[in-house]
Amino acid sequence: MKAIVHVQLKPGVLDPQGQAIAGALASLGYDEVTGARQGKVIELELSGTDHALARERVEAMCGQLLANMVIEQFSVEILD
Amino acid sequence: MRVAVIVFPGSNCDRDVAEAIAQVTGKPPIMVWHRETTFFDVDLVILPGGFAYGDYLRPGAMAARSSVMRHVLDHAKAGGLVLGICNGFQVLTEIGLLPGALLPNAGMKFICKPVKLKVTRTSTPFTGSFTKGQYLDIPVAHHDGNYFAQKDELSRLEDNEQVVFRYENNPNGSINDIAGLSNVSGNVLGMMPHPERAMVHGKTRGDGYKLFNTLMETIR
Repeated sequence: MKAIVHVQLKPGVLDPQGQAIAGALASLGYDEVTGARQGKVIELELSGTDHALARERVEAMCGQLLANMVIEQFSVEILD
Repeated sequence: MRVAVIVFPGSNCDRDVAEAIAQVTGKPPIMVWHRETTFFDVDLVILPGGFAYGDYLRPGAMAARSSVMRHVLDHAKAGGLVLGICNGFQVLTEIGLLPGALLPNAGMKFICKPVKLKVTRTSTPFTGSFTKGQYLDIPVAHHDGNYFAQKDELSRLEDNEQVVFRYENNPNGSINDIAGLSNVSGNVLGMMPHPERAMVHGKTRGDGYKLFNTLMETIR
């Protein structure tokens, strides 16, 4: 099994990297870009086959280490 | 005063702060490697500046989960003194001893320069010899010093008067100009500026020296 964890700054938390990306895209002529937020993706290789259990465990991992809940939010996808 | 300096892989101000402590107390601190699992009996634990674990995942995230930090938590919860400088401040927020988090600087640049700090809390063992509103000259050197707390958390820590230092000219976008923050009881202090880099000011003692000296006098 595999878990794909997306970690993103919460709305309202300043994201200077996202702003820099949006600015760079605009300077390349992509006028339609009105904003950018940068996050990170963490892929976890997991043993076992129980998706529900895996989700529960990966969410615990997010709370304990992978995301800082003061500033970040996360989403978890479990794949075969 | 018995002092321990915690050393993580990637710490780079551990020797500077050890030298500062030796200057003030006449005795070098104990250097404690992050894998240490036995208890150390000290008055003050210092989490030094640097880039523990290369700032992997988030600054301070890995360091906060290393085995030695369980002892630091116990020490702090028993009322022991903890000082986190720069990366050490980031570790203290990651482990939850201090509220909030430190984000990348608003200007996305590493900032290394002297700054003016206003002392806003003197009821801590770190700042007892200063007066409220007094200005200190202590340099900063960081990329992730932009302090952030959610609105309710921010008003709680302001109500509790936990802000110890504020920037006179905010260099990094830090919310409410926060440069240093304590827990409610004042035994844990996190600060982005480096007092160990302000031991001398021209031919006189620098404000960093005064901070460490205050600590020594409080404990003695």
